[in-house]
Order: sequence, then C-alpha cells, then structure tokens
Amino acid sequence: MTPAADRWTSNAWMGAVYIFLYLPIFTLILFSFNASPMVTNWGGFSLRWYEALTRDREIIDGFKLSLEIAFSTGCSSVVLGTLAALSLHRFKRFTGRTLFAGMVNSPLVMPEVIIGLSLLLTLVSVQRLFGFPERGFATIWLGHTLLGMAYATVVVLSRLQELSPSLEEAAQDLGALPLQVFFLVTLPLVSQALASAWLLTFTLSLDDVVISAFLNGPGSTTMPITIFSRARLGLSPSVNTVATLTVAVVSIGVLAASVWMSKAEKKRSQEVASAYRKVD
Amino acid sequence: MTNLARGGMTVYAKFMGPWGRSLVIGVPMVFLLLVFLLPFLVVFKISVSEMDTVYFKDLLSVKDELVVLAFKYGNYISLTQDALYFKAYLSSIKIAAITTSICLAIAYPFAYFLARSPAQRRPALLMLVMLPFWTSFLLRVYAWKILLADAGVLNNLVIALGVASEPIKMLNTPFSLVLGMVYTYVPFMILPLYANLVKMDLRLLEAALDLGATPWQGFWRITVPLSKSGIIAGSMLVFIPCVGEFVIPELLGGPETLMIGHVLWDEFFGNNDWPMAASVAVVMVGLIIIPLALFNKHQAESTSADLP
Amino acid sequence: MAHKDLTGSVGENTPFLQIKRVVKKFDDVFAVDDVSLDIAQGEIFALLGSSGCGKSTLLRMLAGFEVPTSGQILLAGQDIVGLAPYERPINMMFQSYALFPHLTVWDNVAFGLHREGMPKMQIEERVTQMLDLVQLKAYAKRKPHQLSGGQQQRVALARSLAKRPQLLLLDEPLGALDAKLRQRTQLELVDIIERVGVTCVMVTHDQEEAMTMATRIGVMSEGKILQIGQPAEIYETPDCLFVADFIGTVNIFKGQVEVDEPDHVVIASAQCKHYVSHGITGTQGMDVHVAVRPEKMTIQTGPVQDADRESPAEVGFNQAQGVIEDLAYLGSLTTYHVRLDGGSVVKVTHTNDARHGSSALTWGDRVYVWWCGSDVVVLTR
Repeated sequence: MTPAADRWTSNAWMGAVYIFLYLPIFTLILFSFNASPMVTNWGGFSLRWYEALTRDREIIDGFKLSLEIAFSTGCSSVVLGTLAALSLHRFKRFTGRTLFAGMVNSPLVMPEVIIGLSLLLTLVSVQRLFGFPERGFATIWLGHTLLGMAYATVVVLSRLQELSPSLEEAAQDLGALPLQVFFLVTLPLVSQALASAWLLTFTLSLDDVVISAFLNGPGSTTMPITIFSRARLGLSPSVNTVATLTVAVVSIGVLAASVWMSKAEKKRSQEVASAYRKVD
Repeated sequence: MTNLARGGMTVYAKFMGPWGRSLVIGVPMVFLLLVFLLPFLVVFKISVSEMDTVYFKDLLSVKDELVVLAFKYGNYISLTQDALYFKAYLSSIKIAAITTSICLAIAYPFAYFLARSPAQRRPALLMLVMLPFWTSFLLRVYAWKILLADAGVLNNLVIALGVASEPIKMLNTPFSLVLGMVYTYVPFMILPLYANLVKMDLRLLEAALDLGATPWQGFWRITVPLSKSGIIAGSMLVFIPCVGEFVIPELLGGPETLMIGHVLWDEFFGNNDWPMAASVAVVMVGLIIIPLALFNKHQAESTSADLP
Repeated sequence: MAHKDLTGSVGENTPFLQIKRVVKKFDDVFAVDDVSLDIAQGEIFALLGSSGCGKSTLLRMLAGFEVPTSGQILLAGQDIVGLAPYERPINMMFQSYALFPHLTVWDNVAFGLHREGMPKMQIEERVTQMLDLVQLKAYAKRKPHQLSGGQQQRVALARSLAKRPQLLLLDEPLGALDAKLRQRTQLELVDIIERVGVTCVMVTHDQEEAMTMATRIGVMSEGKILQIGQPAEIYETPDCLFVADFIGTVNIFKGQVEVDEPDHVVIASAQCKHYVSHGITGTQGMDVHVAVRPEKMTIQTGPVQDADRESPAEVGFNQAQGVIEDLAYLGSLTTYHVRLDGGSVVKVTHTNDARHGSSALTWGDRVYVWWCGSDVVVLTR
C-alpha cells in the first residue's frame, strides 16, 4: 500500500472508532437540552432538566456521598497500592509472593458481582459475630479500595520499574538510610504515578455500581445506584443532565490534566533520560 | 544491572531492616487476605450451607453428643439439574468470547495506527481515547438505550430517511448487548495493545523488509508475534470481566440474552437464596480460573522483568 | 548519616585497603574467586578485565552493595564487610552517573553532606569548593538533563568527592565519552583525584584507560586476579598468556625449551628459534609460549645484519622470513601482517618516523622480520 493509502486507512479506521466512542456521549449531551420529556423525540431546546436536577435530592445526596467515598478510596488505594508495588518491585522472593501477586492483580479482572457478593457475605458474618460493621459508607469504601488498590498497584509498579536502580544505590552510597532514600529519591520520582493512580481510583469509585449495590446499606445510596435503578426502569431525562455535567467536568479536568501532564512528562523524561546515560 | 536478579533482593531491601520489610509487605498482604481471600472462603462455605429462616445453619454442630458436619452440596446438584444455569454459563462464555474477538478486531488496527502516528499527535489522540473511559460507563451504556430504542434516535433517523417503514428492533437483543459490551471494553483492549506496539523496535520490521519480506508478511510474521503479550493482556482484561457482567446485560440485554451475572443477582436479591447465589459464584470462579491464572502469570512475567 | 570514623590503629606498613580472600558466589557461580589485594593510600588502582570477569562485583562489595560470601575487606585496619553502604566512608561514581534528576547540580552535590548533618554554612563552602574543582560553578542551578555528558560526569565526580571519602570508587568512568573527550578527561580526572589526594579504585574494560590513569593495575579474569603491577610491568612483563594477550597486541609463538641455562634460554618453535637473553624458571623440554610485542620487531626487505645484533650469540635466532599479507596504515604507524614461511602470521608495527619513509613496503613483498633477545618474554603458563 502506498503511504497515502496507508494514511487514509489509518485515519478512516481511527476516525470510525472515535465516532463510535463518542456517539453516545454526544447523544446524551444533546438530549439533555431536549425540551420534550419524551427522551427520544426532539422537542426543542430547553434547560428544564437542569433546573429539575437542582431539586433532585436523591441525586444530589447520592452525589455527595459518592464524592466522599471516592475521595477516601483514592487515598486508601494509593497508599495500599504503593506498598504493594514496592513489595513486588523490591522483594523478589518472599513467602507467599505468588499468592500476593495473584491477589493484587485479580480484582482487575474479577467480575464485580463476585467481589460484591463475597465481600457482602463476609461482612454479614462478621457483623453477626462482632456486631459491626453496619453496611454503609465504610463497607462501600472497603470494596472500592480493594478494586482501587489493584489499579493503583499497576500504575505505581510500572513507574517503579522504569526507575534506574542505581539512583537508590547512589543515595545509599551518599549516606541516606533506606527510609530517607524512599522519601528523598523514590517518592519524588514516582509522584506523578501516584497522582494518576489517585485520579484513576477516584473515578472508578465514583462510577461504581455493582459493588456499591451489594455493600450499601440504608441511607447510603450512591449516585450510580440511583442512576442505575432509574435507567433500568426506562429512559429518564435526569440521567442525561447528570451525564452532560459529568462529561463537561471530566473533559475540562482531563484536558487540563493532560496538558499539564504532557509538559511535566516531557520534562520528566528528559530529566530521567539524561540524568543517567545509557549503559551498554 | 543483573546484580538485582542474582541477589534476589535489592540492596535497598537488604538494609531496610527486618521490621521495615515486614511492614511494607505485611500491610497490603493482610488487607488482601482479609478482604479478598477470606471472602472467597466464606462464599464457598455458604454455598454448602443450608438456609435457616434468617441466616445459615452452621456447618459444624453438636447434636446428641455427636459432631455433625452438614455439607449441603445440594445447591451444586441443582445447578446441574436446572438447564437455566447451564444455559446461562454457556451463553455468558459465548458472549464474552464474541465480545473479546470483536474488541480485538477493532482495537488492534486502532492501536497499531495510533502507535504509528506522528509522535506529537499521540498524547492528544490517546487522551481522546481515555476521555470516555473517565466519564461514567453507566451513563454511556445508558446512552445506547436512547440510540437503539424503538422510538430512539437511530430508528427515528432510519424511518425519516425512508430506509425502513417500521422501527427495527435493536434494543434488548443480543445485538445491543454485544454492542454495549464491545463499546465498554474496547478501551481495555486498546491500551495494552498500544503500550506494546508503541514500544516495539521498528528496526526489527525494517530488518525484515530489508531481507525481502513484503509489508504484509512483515506484519504477520514480526509485528503480530511480538505483540502477543499485549494481545493476551487485552483479551484477558476483556474476557474475564465480561463473563460476569451484570450492568450491561441489565440495561441493554433482553429475554434472549441470559448471563450468569444476572442469574447471581436474581438469586441473591430476588430469591434471597444466598447459598444458591454463592454456589453460582463458586462455579463462575471455576469457569474463569484458567484465564485468570493466565492473566496472573502474564502480569508476573511483566513484573519480574528487570529493566535497566 | 556520618561515616564511621575508621582511624583505627593502622601500622606504618599496613596497606590502606586490604582485600583478603574474598569470594562471592551467586548460586553456583563464582563471580569473585578468592581474591586478595592490597592497596596503598593515595594510589589509583585499576581493576581491568572484560565483562563478566568479576571486577564490578568486587567493586560493589567495596561499596557495600554486595556482601562477600566469605573473606574480609579491611579499610585502615577495620573490617567493613558488616557495614551498610551508608555507613562506609567510601563513595562511588556510578557508571550511569545516577544523578538525581529532580535535584539541581548544587543539591546533587550537597545531598551526601545533608545526610551527615553538616551545618549549612559548611555545606555551602564545601559544595562551592567541589564545583570549583570540576569547574561547574556556573551550572549550579541547572538540572542534570540540561547538561552535556561530560558535564554530568563532572557533577557525578564532585558529588562523590564532596564527603571527602577515604576511598573513591569509579565504575567504568569514561565508557560513554567519545575518543577525543575521553583522552582529555582521563588526565583531568587523574589530576583532580591526585589533587584531592584520595585513594581510588577504578573498574574498567578499557586498557588505555587503565594504563593512562592507574598507578597499578590488576588484571582480572573469571573471578580471579591474574597479575598486579604497574602499567609498564603488566605490558612488558606479563606473567601469563592471558595477560600478554589481553593487554595490547602481541605475537605468540608456541615452542619447547631446547637449551636451559641460567643466563639464556633457547626455545624452538615452528617459525624460528628464539634466543632469550635471560634465564627462566622452567625446565628443558618444557612447553612454553614466547611473546614478542609488534613494536619490538623490525621489518626490512634485506636480510638481518650481524652487526645489528645485540650480541653475537643471537645471530641466526629471533628472525624469520615471510610475505606481507596485509597492512594497515594508521598515520603515525603502520601495522604489517606478515605470513612467515613457517606458516603463522605475525604483526609488526613500524613507526612512520620519516615522511614517505615506509611507503616502500607493500602487499606481497618478501621481507625479513627480526627482534632482540631482550625483548622476548617467555610465558610458562
């Protein structure tokens, strides 16, 4: 194939996939401004659903709860994920390493119904034995952290693997104790990965339906659960509005983050690539 | 560089002191044992328990000075007897396999083209792929309902254009289910493929072309085999969760599509039959254990590679 | 963390660094096989060998990144094997420089000083001093990625000297620099090290680097030290075949001892008979190798004149005839590959000390090759 034909195929294929990915999103945005309550028939431009959203206590309360859970999940996932990544990276041999690695990686792919069910059954048994915990914020947080930790580990581990080991050796050679090495050298160099991991797990938690559904209790209904129940029953305009707002916030966030990240990334890869020369 | 591989421990680790090491490994390990492994054991135990009025009867009980172990394997028998379960398992695997194949077919060329596009454009293009991922998947799946409904956008368009006189049934069919699944999981296939393809040493391909291979041969004999690990990672990332998917079948599936995630949900929330739901879960895990082991092995291999 | 102060009772004659019977095993492989070595204070000692010979492992054991399987390492009389890297008064300049990418040049150099709790004023003084030493004061605020390779190397050096270590370790210091820069940097490095007066152990696979920079060289192969000596010693009097072959180029003849006298030896090889004008520790009939450096040989079109000989006893020995099979003109010298009548090829180097002087010899020419008995080295192992 000629280079021109190559480029045409490439652009056509990629364009088609992008359209496929964004079609639903644009649909949601468009119809959130639909004056007609018939979700699929266009009745003119209107902001009535946005106005209705401000009075929608269920969604607003759910959103607040989801935010809180997501924030805590982000923090706990990053801490646990970093510890797990450090363990896998630094200690090549320890008892139970295979089991450990399996447990850390499996939540990435394990169907959420299994995680949700198993965790719920366990919590119920624990509750019967010890009287706590009540299902609610803490239990949802626990389930989300399990999932989040798996993702965080992957992100942090891949960054750790990129670091040259001689950087930490040099730090030790210059008199830094292992803990100092971690805080003065390792941590600054993986900080960006930690930030990405936090954002990733935050988003995952914010969006989670199944685990939340299994692990929630009375008074702890998260926003995705609300949306899901409405969506199951049929089409609801409130969903469109939430969707549009989400897309707007996320787009701005992602855009800002990626602009900042690409600048930082460029600087960082420059730094890393030339702070140590290639060893043959 | 090889000293790390040989020593089995980095120097960092050696001089961290025994307590430091135990803490770093111990905290996540304990967490996982309690929150991941223990629940599996609990599920298994409950799957062989008998349902009392409110809770389960204990497995072990003492009656008339006799220790009785009551293992109700009856739940598993029911699983094999009722065709529903078997059909659900089978259809879940089938749909997961179809979804994985379609995702691969769509994602591989995409990842390939993305990896070969000019370097300055790649971050932006990648971001455009990731952006839908960061917006709620629940909302995006819901959007397909709007698009595919009988009175939905696409049907309105189709009728308006005169292509058909009646709405085509697109929603709540196997078609809409697979469409929704592919839609949700395609980014999971794109990313590992892209990560693999972008790191590929293009000089290998150049060498092949230099030795007389056509671009097509170069692709099949060099590029594809080298991207094998990306293909496996992506396929596992799609197949395994698809088997147990619940939300998408619920929103986009229909009476003809029966998936095991839905069955489990119904057993638990609908019938309140926890032991049954547990046994369904156990068998589900059994189904995915081989791809799961494959996935873990793959992850372990990419972890232990010592990079300079 | 401050260095452990190793001013133990060191006797006048105790070497500054003593490596005693150090062994390092990885699984079943001996990376370092019973190495013993003494290094005097202020020397620059080079461990020379090709990859995998164990030199890097030995260096890492000195730094503390590997622990010997057995043996002792004594610095100023004290065994440091049990000390962690951050407890040793030893600093290393890494092969990859390992400059901290997120810190400026200044902070990189000051890193070790902060760890020992040095007061701020003193740190400023010392860092300035170090940067002056390597002439990088103007770059203090830059980050490593903003520097050239040579500048990064100087920062790495300054950083490793900042704590005034008792021992400086260099790991392949000049590997990635191009040839011209390398030569200049070699001498600059030695200059700085000598000015600071620190004892230095370096590891390299580059003979030229070792010969230029080191006061003494230890040639290593397969975990063992084969020979230790000053550069000239190693070059002119290798004590085994490996060392003779490893350092520079050499012509090796295989032969047997025909005449074994205290003051001279005759060895018969397939190419010629060798007259060696000194005795050897060997016996009659023994299989030996004879080594002659290419620059010690003379190549000419005419036969060897008796008058050119060092002593009349040599007439008829240490010479051969052959045909020039190949030649490489390298500007300052020309290397001829001569296929001797006996079958082997010898390399002869001729300095082009006159313009157009050597252009007389060319491919296919029939030549005489000869050398002196005092330039012959006999290798018994």
